[in-house]
Amino acid sequence: MAQPFPFSAIVGQDEMKLALTIAAVDPTIGGVLVFGDRGTGKSTAVRALATLLPKMRAVIGCSYGCDPAVGAASCEQCAALKAGGHVIKSHLVPVPVVDLPLGATEDRVIGALDLESALTKGKKVFEPGLLARANRGFLYVDEVNLLEDHLVDLLIDVAASGENVIEREGLSVRHPARFVLVGSGNPEEGELRPQLLDRFGLSVEVKTPTNLDERIDVVRRRDEFDRDPAAFQEKWHKEDDKLKRKIVAARGRLASVVVPDAALRLAAQLCMKLGTDGLRGELTLMRAARAYASLMGDTLVTDVHFGRIAAPTLRHRLRRDPLDEAGSTVRVERAIEEVLGPGSNAIKTAA
Amino acid sequence: MKQGSAEVEVQHGAQHDTRVAWEDALVAAALLAVDPAGLGGVSIRGMPGPARDAWLGQFRAWLPETIPWRRIPSHVTDNRLLGGLDLAATLAANRPVAERGILADADGGVVVLTMAERVSATMAARLTAVIDTGEVVVARDGIQLRHHTKFGVVMLDEGLDDSERAPAALLDRLSFQIDLSRLRMRDIEAETLIDAEQIVAARAILPNVQATDEQLKVLCVTAQVLGIASIRASIAALRVARVSAALDGREKVNGDDVALAARLVLAPRATQMPATEEDEAEADADNGEDDTAEIEQQPDDVTPPDQLPPENALSPQDDPDVEPPQNENQSDPNREPEEAKQDDALGDKVLEAAKAAIPADLLSQLLINGAGPGGSKGGSSGRMGATRQSGKRGRPLGARRGMPRAGARLNVIETLRAAAPWQRLRAAEALMQSSTLDTSRQKIFVRQEDFHVTRFKERRDTTVIFVVDASGSAALNRLAEAKGAVELLLADCYVRRDQVALISFRGKKADLLLPPTRSLVRAKRGLGGLPGGGGTPLAAAIDAAVQLADSIARRGDTPSIVFLTDGRTNIARDGSPGRAAAEADALVSARQLRSQRFAAVFVDTSTQPAPHAARIAREMGAIYQPLPYANASTISNVIREKALAK
Repeated sequence: MAQPFPFSAIVGQDEMKLALTIAAVDPTIGGVLVFGDRGTGKSTAVRALATLLPKMRAVIGCSYGCDPAVGAASCEQCAALKAGGHVIKSHLVPVPVVDLPLGATEDRVIGALDLESALTKGKKVFEPGLLARANRGFLYVDEVNLLEDHLVDLLIDVAASGENVIEREGLSVRHPARFVLVGSGNPEEGELRPQLLDRFGLSVEVKTPTNLDERIDVVRRRDEFDRDPAAFQEKWHKEDDKLKRKIVAARGRLASVVVPDAALRLAAQLCMKLGTDGLRGELTLMRAARAYASLMGDTLVTDVHFGRIAAPTLRHRLRRDPLDEAGSTVRVERAIEEVLGPGSNAIKTAA
Repeated sequence: MKQGSAEVEVQHGAQHDTRVAWEDALVAAALLAVDPAGLGGVSIRGMPGPARDAWLGQFRAWLPETIPWRRIPSHVTDNRLLGGLDLAATLAANRPVAERGILADADGGVVVLTMAERVSATMAARLTAVIDTGEVVVARDGIQLRHHTKFGVVMLDEGLDDSERAPAALLDRLSFQIDLSRLRMRDIEAETLIDAEQIVAARAILPNVQATDEQLKVLCVTAQVLGIASIRASIAALRVARVSAALDGREKVNGDDVALAARLVLAPRATQMPATEEDEAEADADNGEDDTAEIEQQPDDVTPPDQLPPENALSPQDDPDVEPPQNENQSDPNREPEEAKQDDALGDKVLEAAKAAIPADLLSQLLINGAGPGGSKGGSSGRMGATRQSGKRGRPLGARRGMPRAGARLNVIETLRAAAPWQRLRAAEALMQSSTLDTSRQKIFVRQEDFHVTRFKERRDTTVIFVVDASGSAALNRLAEAKGAVELLLADCYVRRDQVALISFRGKKADLLLPPTRSLVRAKRGLGGLPGGGGTPLAAAIDAAVQLADSIARRGDTPSIVFLTDGRTNIARDGSPGRAAAEADALVSARQLRSQRFAAVFVDTSTQPAPHAARIAREMGAIYQPLPYANASTISNVIREKALAK
C-alpha cells in the first residue's frame, strides 16, 4: 500500500485506537483483537499503526531483526556472527507490521527451504517466513476468524512460546518469533476458537457510528483522502507525530510506573468477580493499566486506569453465562462498578 | 445526464416498473464504465438470460477494448486467484517461476465473479483484502510477491430466494446492486442515449469534479434515514454522484447527480422506510404474498402519484414540485446545518428519489436479515455458513498438509506438487547416502512431509423445531391454523431433506411430541393428535426448545426454532399459575435462548398482537412476526421465507 490512511484521522472508535496504542507502548500485552461491523475502519487502523511506531535498532545481517542490546545471542544467526568474531553492527529499521494474507500457505508462514537454491543449486538454505519477519513487530491477520485451522494452530503455538521451530527436508531451524498478534474480523462470519481468543491481550468491539455528524465526518475524511492522499496525510501529519511522540514518551516512562499493591488486589478482585480463568487476565489487566497510565503521563496506576482498561482486557475472557442477558461488556462494567465503587464508570466514560 | 424520456409514462404498472429497472441498470453500467475500480463494481441478480447478456454486452462495449476482463468461477483455487508457484514452468526452467493469479492479471480492468451466491466467506475475504489494499500479497508455495492491482467487480448473483445471496462483505464494497430477475424481453429493447465517447470524456473530467459539503451531508442523512448501517454506502454514493456529473460533462455535482446516487446506491441497501411511510409499507407486506400484485401496488403505495414518479427523479426540470438543481447554492448560509437538513429541498428530493427506488420486497428481506441498522444478526441467523469442514464427503475445499489417516483422502496432485521442487535436492542426497543403490531407478522422491489430504465442505442438516401453543387461549383462536401451517411446512422440509421436530405446550408443561425426524407420516400423526386447552406455560416451552436445539447443535446440525403462540403466558416455570411470574420466567428463558444464538422466529398468532409477545421475541433474538388475520397458508409462507429459506 502506497499511502495508508492516517491513524489520527480515523473518526471515533476511541477504544480501538487506544487498544492499538497501548499495544504499541507495551508489546508484552499480547496482541489486540478488533471485532465488529463492516466498514468501521478496522483494518485501516491497524495498517495505519505502522506509521506511528518509532524505529527500532536491529542487528545487521540477522534475518530476524534481533535487538543488539540483548547480551546473549538470541538467534542462530546472531550467534554465528558473534562466534565468527564479527563486530555486531546495528541499524535503525522500521518496526515490522506484517500482513498475514488469507490463502497463505504454511511454508510461507513458518518459513521453509529456499526454493531457488533447492532448484538451481540443489542446496538447502533456510528461507525465513512471515513469522520471522514479524519478530519484534506486529503480525496482522485480517478476517482472523476465516483463517484456516492448521494456520490457527500454528499461530497459537508460536504466539505462546515466542519461538518458531521448523523441521523440513532434514533441516532443523528455530528462531525467535515474538510479535504482537493483531486480528480483526466480523463476528457474523464466524467465531474464534477460545484458545486463539485467549492469546489476544486486548479485545475491542467496534460498532458503526450512529451519530450523524460522526458519520458525515467519516465520509468527508475518506473522500478527502481518496482525492488527494498526499495532501491529506500532510494535513494529519502533525497529529500523527504528536501521537508518535506520546508513544515514545510512554515507553520511556513505562518501567517507572508504579503499580501499588492495592491496585493489584483490585485487579484480582475484578477477575474473581467475573470468574475469568487463569492468571492471564490479571496479568494483562495489570500490564494494560500500567501502559495506559504511562500513556496518560501518570506514574502511579489508580482505579481510573483500571476502569478504563478493564473492558477491553477482560471481555473476551468471560465464560458465557446463559442466564445473564447482558453482553460481556456490560458484565465487565457492572463488575467494575461493584469492585471500584459507584461512579467509577462515570470516570470511565469521561476518560 | 440525458435521461429524461420524452414520453413520460403515467401508467404505474409492472411493465413500467421493469422498464425503469432496465434504464437504471444501463445508467449504472455507464457510471461504472467510467471508473470501474473507483466505484467498486456491481452485483447483478438474476438468472443467465438475454437481460444479463445485454447488460454485460453494453457494459463491455463502454469499457476500453484493451483492458483485462477476467472471469472467476466460484470454485477457483487460491493458486489461480492469488497466484503461486507455476509448477510446470518451475520444473521446466529448474528455478522457481511464479504464476500470476487472476486478480493480479485483472489490474486496470474488471473481474466477473460467476455464481456469486455460491462464493464462500473465505473467498470473499480474499477478494475484499485485495480490493481494500489495492494489492495482491502472495505468500504461497515458497513464493513471496506483491502485485498492485485495481479492478472493478461484476458479481453475477443467481440466487433464487432471499437467503441465497452474494457475500455481504463483497456487496458492501460494490456501489451498485441491480436486480434483472423480473425483466422481460420488451423491457431490454430500450435504447440508451449514452455513447462511448461520453464515457471517455467523463474519465478525463472525473478528477476535477467537485461536490459540496452539503451534498455530502445530504447523502449521509439519506443513508441514515433509510437505515443503512455501513458507512461505505455513503462513500460510494458520493463517488457515484461525482461520476454522474462527469458523465454529463460537468465539473460540479448538482442535485440530479445526488438524487441519482441515492437512487442507485442507497435505495437498494435500505433497511427501513422513512418513518412516515412505515404504516403503509407494513400494510403492503401483510398482503404481499402475491408477487405480481405487489409489483403493481408498489409505485402507488410508496410514492403517491401526485408526488414524484420514479423516472422524473432524474429530470426535475420537468417536475413542478421539485426545485431546480441550483437550489443548493441558494440555501441560507445562516441556518445551522442541523436545521437545514429538516426542510432542505435537496435533501427531500434525494430522499424521494431513493424512496421511489426501494425494492418492493424490502420488508420480507428485512425479516430475513434480522433488520434494522443495529441488526447485527444478519446472515448469521440464516443457513449460510452452516457448513463444516470434513475429511470425508461434501464439496472439495482444497487440500492441506497431513497424513491420509482417519478417513482423510490423499490428494495425489497436491502431494506431488509439494514434492516436486525438492526432487533435485533429494536425488543428490539419496546419491550421497547410498552410492551402492541405483538411485537413477527411483524417479520421484516423495516423503512423509509432502503428503496432502483433501478437505471437504459438508453441508449441515437443518432441523426445524416447531413449538406450538396448544393452550386454551390459542386453541380457541388459532390452533387449527397453526396445525395447518405446520403441515404445509412439513412438506417443504421433506422436499429439502430437513428434519423437523414438534414441541407442544399446554397446561403445566411442554411436551416433545415429535423428536427430530424426516418422516412426514410420523410428523402428521403427531400433529393430528395434538389436543388443545389449558394454561400457557411459555417458559417451559422455550426451555424445552432450547434443550432440544442444544442437543441438535451438539450433534453438528443446525437447529432453527419456530414459535407459534399468542405469547399470553400464565404458567410459571415451576408450573404455578400467575401472569406476572410467568412473564418474568418467559423472559429469562428467552434470554437463555438468545445467549445460545439459535435462529428463531416468533409468530404471534393472537388476534390482537400484544407488546409483551414482541418483547419476548426481542429478548430471545427472534424475528417477530405478528399475524393477526392469517390463515394456514399465510403463516406457512411467512415461516418459509424467514426460517427455512435456503
